Amino acid sequence: MAKTAKITVDGKTYEVDATKNLLEVCLSLKLDLPYFCWHPAMGSVGACRQCAVKKFRDENDKVGKLFMACMEPIVDGMIISIQDAEAKEFRKGVIEWLMTNHPHDCPVCDEGGECHLQDMTVMTGHDYRRYRFKKRTYKNQYLGPFINHEMNRCIQCYRCVRYYRDYAGGKDFDVFGVHNTVYFGRHEDGVLENEFSGNLVEVCPTGVFTDKTLGKHYTRKWDQTYAPSICVHCSVGCNTIAAERYGLLRRVQSRYNGEVNGYFLCDRGRFGYEFVNSPKRIRKPLRKNKETRQFEELGSEDALKYIRKLLSDSKRIIGIGSARASLESNFTLLSFVEKQNFYWGESDRNIQLIQKQYDILRNGPARTPSLRDIEKCDVVIVLGEDLTNTAPMIALALRQSVRQEPVQSATPYRIPHWQDQAVRELTQDEKGPIFIATPLATRLDEISETYRAAADDIARLGFMVANSFSDRSPLVSGATDEQKKLSGKISEALKKAKRPLIIAGPSLQSEAVIEAAANIANAMITSGKTCELCFTVPEVNSMGMAMMDITHQGIESAFEALKNKPADTLIILENDLYRRAEEQAVDSFLGKFKNVIVLDYLENSTSLKADAVLSSGSFAESDGTFVNNEGRAQRFYQVYDAGENIKESWRWLRDIMLNSGLHEFGKWKILSDFTNALSKAMPVFDGINNITPPPGFRIAGEKIPREPFRYSGRTAMFANKSVHEPKPPEDIDSPLSFTMEGYRGKPPSSIIPFFWSPGWNSQQAINKYQIEIGGALHGGDPGKRLIEPKSGKTPAFFTKIPQAFSPRNGDWFVVPVYHIFGSEELSVNAPGINELTPKPYVMISSEDAGSLGLTSEKQIELEAQGKTYSLPAKLNLGLPKGLIGIPKGLPGMPEIKTGSWVRLKMG
Amino acid sequence: MEKILLPDIKNLHQIDVYIQNGGYEAVKKAYKRTPDEVIDEVKRSGLRGRGGAAFLTGLKWSFMPKNTDKPKYLCVNGDESEPGSFKDRQIFEFNPHALIEGITIACYAIQAKAAYVYIRGEYHNWIQMLQKALDDAYARGFVGEKMPETLGGSFSCNIYIHKGAGAYVCGEESSLMNSIEGKRGYPRVKPPFPAQFGLWGCPTTINNVETISNVPTIINKGWEWFSKIGEPRHPGTLLFGVSGHVNKPGVYELPSGVLLTDLIYKYAGGVPGNKKIKCVIPGGSSMPPLRGDQLEGVKMDAESLKAAGSAIGTGGVMVMDEDTDLVRVLARIAKFYKHESCGQCTPCREGTGWMLKTLNRIARGEGTSSDLDLLTDVAKNIEGNTICALGDAAAWPVKFFIQRFREEFEKAVKPEVSIPVANKIHSMRNTAVPLAEIKK
Ligand SMILES: Cc1cc2nc3c(=O)[nH]c(=O)nc-3n(C[C@H](O)[C@H](O)[C@H](O)COP(=O)(O)O)c2cc1C
Ligand code: SF4
Ligand code: SF4
Ligand code: SF4
Ligand code: FES
Repeated sequence: MAKTAKITVDGKTYEVDATKNLLEVCLSLKLDLPYFCWHPAMGSVGACRQCAVKKFRDENDKVGKLFMACMEPIVDGMIISIQDAEAKEFRKGVIEWLMTNHPHDCPVCDEGGECHLQDMTVMTGHDYRRYRFKKRTYKNQYLGPFINHEMNRCIQCYRCVRYYRDYAGGKDFDVFGVHNTVYFGRHEDGVLENEFSGNLVEVCPTGVFTDKTLGKHYTRKWDQTYAPSICVHCSVGCNTIAAERYGLLRRVQSRYNGEVNGYFLCDRGRFGYEFVNSPKRIRKPLRKNKETRQFEELGSEDALKYIRKLLSDSKRIIGIGSARASLESNFTLLSFVEKQNFYWGESDRNIQLIQKQYDILRNGPARTPSLRDIEKCDVVIVLGEDLTNTAPMIALALRQSVRQEPVQSATPYRIPHWQDQAVRELTQDEKGPIFIATPLATRLDEISETYRAAADDIARLGFMVANSFSDRSPLVSGATDEQKKLSGKISEALKKAKRPLIIAGPSLQSEAVIEAAANIANAMITSGKTCELCFTVPEVNSMGMAMMDITHQGIESAFEALKNKPADTLIILENDLYRRAEEQAVDSFLGKFKNVIVLDYLENSTSLKADAVLSSGSFAESDGTFVNNEGRAQRFYQVYDAGENIKESWRWLRDIMLNSGLHEFGKWKILSDFTNALSKAMPVFDGINNITPPPGFRIAGEKIPREPFRYSGRTAMFANKSVHEPKPPEDIDSPLSFTMEGYRGKPPSSIIPFFWSPGWNSQQAINKYQIEIGGALHGGDPGKRLIEPKSGKTPAFFTKIPQAFSPRNGDWFVVPVYHIFGSEELSVNAPGINELTPKPYVMISSEDAGSLGLTSEKQIELEAQGKTYSLPAKLNLGLPKGLIGIPKGLPGMPEIKTGSWVRLKMG
Repeated sequence: MEKILLPDIKNLHQIDVYIQNGGYEAVKKAYKRTPDEVIDEVKRSGLRGRGGAAFLTGLKWSFMPKNTDKPKYLCVNGDESEPGSFKDRQIFEFNPHALIEGITIACYAIQAKAAYVYIRGEYHNWIQMLQKALDDAYARGFVGEKMPETLGGSFSCNIYIHKGAGAYVCGEESSLMNSIEGKRGYPRVKPPFPAQFGLWGCPTTINNVETISNVPTIINKGWEWFSKIGEPRHPGTLLFGVSGHVNKPGVYELPSGVLLTDLIYKYAGGVPGNKKIKCVIPGGSSMPPLRGDQLEGVKMDAESLKAAGSAIGTGGVMVMDEDTDLVRVLARIAKFYKHESCGQCTPCREGTGWMLKTLNRIARGEGTSSDLDLLTDVAKNIEGNTICALGDAAAWPVKFFIQRFREEFEKAVKPEVSIPVANKIHSMRNTAVPLAEIKK
């Protein structure tokens, strides 16, 4: 706690944090005080007037005056009352006002049962209507596939518009109209453009904005089964709550983690979950009929028998792991096939890059920041990453970082930083310095100074900055004036920074970019400054893979190795090789094996080629551990039991091993056995077993229920088949139960299945789980950082500076274009995400297009890797001459190698 | 009696006439003194704001921070949208140079390099008039870069006219500044106050048109002279806009403290048909109304009106004779405030709509006496609990009309209590009112 003060609330004296406002302090004290417009991540504006309390001048003042708690700074000796009769009456009156126009349609409202307005209404005790007129009504809007709009329910708290515009930087949403017909929405119907729009669902305290995907298969909050989970759609590893009923995944919500995603998620993370319900799901083991070449379904016992048969006569088994599979699954496959036969199913190039990043973080002095840390940085340099599309929540965090420096200017005026309106008024459009160097325009350009260039030039710029801090980073010769000016400016900003941050990643497939980023951080640190260094990685567990004690060989190496040393069986773990390498190469690779066994949950080009497919659980049906880009190990738990045919990959693999006579693996029974074995075998993972309580953990002898205690219909669920209630499945791997029975208090922070507290049915119950509002969860934020910087050692500097990029006549250099909706393998199978996924195209600079006489949408023939593709052109203003943008991972888009040269023909 | 703001000089709005009558001398005088001396002069004169709150102008100016690297601004409030208030436009029309000169002095005193005159959008003609005067003043070097040459010293400032778009709430000072910034006209929560964070987050002083127009005369004739006019605690002349049931409605410039009855009978020519007065709102529609029998001896200045149970507001006096239907009056006033509520804070946004609907029901003859209690209750809950004073402005008329004219309102409603039976099921939480208590 920074500055503390003593305050008296209803006769009791407390010692509280004096930098917070009175509302936050009351909530931190776990006192119930209703509110609407204040949001812990967005501060106070004092609009709703719901949080009124009585404030007394001194002990002799018995009358007092009403004040809005969210607008009151803490003053030592302050005397207030929440229970004061007039204050209570007023707060009740505020609800009464809100209810004059609220339709009160809870029974048909998707928010019902988890509605902050319901909770606050009950809390204030307003239950009697004196208003005897018609209510105002609005027209609702179509806002795209994610969010439903029902404006009649609006209570005008302004949270949505403050979130969307001020917090998330959206433009296509606002408040319209005046007096009691103010309207929150877009200027016209249309898909919300902001990539973080889904948070409106949680930010809005009523049923105006609700999750449209949940609406398609709606179930009340109390009727869903929950588990703490981790988002699998990028490397940031946001904490999520996943919910199920009747075997269908219903939705994903953010699971508060003060160090990671806080209150929010990106739209890919929130709405990507529907891939779990996709018709492409593999729900039963499959065997390919040798004659018909068609898949036949098998029971799990038969499947294991079949696989034993396949394995019994194989001489050498190759295993291919995956960065979208858990540490445990990869480790089990590794244990089975052994190190020399295990390949991390990623391209050699990516592995080199990711590995390099890990080495820099592991051996260097720069600390890898958490998402929360990123928000607090005041000067940020981004090299080569289009964060909104590769690590979305980092982009949202940067929108907060740019406010760090300006917000400080409020301090001398004694304006508390939570006083959002005043701070914004004071800081106007001022933004802290952030520099983004990428080939293509990015969403964050509007808050930053940009540099458009090819990877090599981006690296050169980075090296110039590094050199300005330390001679040990080499001098860049032949820099352009633009580079000199910009690097000078960046260095200036970095010198003034209190908490600088460098962000880079492997997206451009450039070692030089990563090295330049490392050199800046290292140079700053050796010159006595601080600097944090954040690397993105491609997938949810890429960092975990980098940390594993494996050969770190990629797909191409596997192709090569097979030429020298044949093998007959291939086991592929949760990996579509066709996304990793060229089609022909994969074809020929797969063709070399007698048996191809795939463990996966979605049908893909690789699984279709398999001889046997084992139906693995997706994140929703599995337990495991991922390591995010920060190096934080985080546990996810299965939401529901999907029956004996769907198992975690690590469990399938264990069964295969047992079946193959490897009896020593019989002792690997539950998740913690696997995790223990892993951390014993690889000390870098030491401690990951303790990031959640052990499976035997009980509170008052009870497990933590996945279902709220109001869960209904359990006895009726299967009544169409049998009136006997089946025995609920048991969870041997975790302290969570699959039922509503169990401990009803608050579980340890890492195994919170859902947020609920008496009287707090909405997500805002999070207040009750935090030590202090907006701070850590009770018991500490979950996850364990596995990578800490090495201090004291002089870091190694990279010395190889690339040549400046020079365009070639007639050839184009491929740069990747990432799409938050479309580039990620799993989420693209969610119908909503799919709807927003662009069609294949190539992107060419407007300048080049001009000289080629190309117009937008015109087909061009593109010659790459000996093949010709015909694709429509998209023109891009910022893209430097001689570069061509190739979208990554879009369905139907051929894989064209980043960093290769292609030729164009006009169609 | 001498008039300060609207003297009887023909064509005073023309710059030459203004100069012939000693115009633009005060600013020269002022620029020979230090800004603090100018503030002190205004402070001692006792000049109080004419925009509604009657705040001490010199004191307000002295709040402006001295040591700041930020630009400072002056905003001149000519939004004049309060029903019953129509005085500032007289200044735009008949004495615009007094305003312009006043602005140049005020800017100097607070060291603002720019002033914005915010004028309500409907004042299209008056905007043109002021613009003409401003153009002339620029041409003569009384405003803008050439000021040092014309006026001596080194100070110069610019004046811009900003046209409003017809929102009453934009007359509220912080809302006005948001409006100038191009944002929605939402009032800001205070603190922080404009002197700290005003326009674009910079130190800003905001004054009414009439307030500023007094400044040249104060500089010319000295604080002592000014402070002796009218009521000592609220000195100077005031522009009283008299409307309603009077024979000679119009704007009267009179020393503060003039008797309300004199204003009505002596100056505004009394009530047509010699009818009795039922009600007078002395300061613009948001101020508490006075009953006809409360008028005797009431003096028109801030302190006296406060003692009489009302407020000076903008000096817009609305007279209603004995035949006036006060229910309709109040419903019409409520309609205005409901319409003008910006929609930011709950009490005003929802309360004004509810009060209006209830008043309309009473006006239709469908109200019950419990509606009157409801109105009072809603008004009471709004008062003092909103972000800006528009909430109070909406609540006061309802509260005081019903309080002071209860018999008339009682006559307009059905006597029976028509609250539906309280929901006893919910009285689990002891929040519902037992029926017996309601019937009591
Ligand atoms: C809803 C509302 C409307 C207002 N409208 C005006 C207006 O039209 N003109 C005005 O001068 N002051 C208006 N005021 C008062 C201003 O906020 C401010 O107090 C005044 O301009 C200060 O000037 P003064 O100190 O010279 O009186 C209004 C206040 C409120 C709350
Ligand atoms: S839509 Fe929701 S968040 Fe937005 S103002 Fe209305 S109630 Fe508040
Ligand atoms: S930023 Fe990444 S981890 Fe977070 S919600 Fe989005 S896709 Fe998931
Ligand atoms: S009191 Fe009325 S006008 Fe003022 S901020 Fe609140 S809603 Fe807007
Ligand atoms: S929460 Fe305090 S006024 Fe809205």
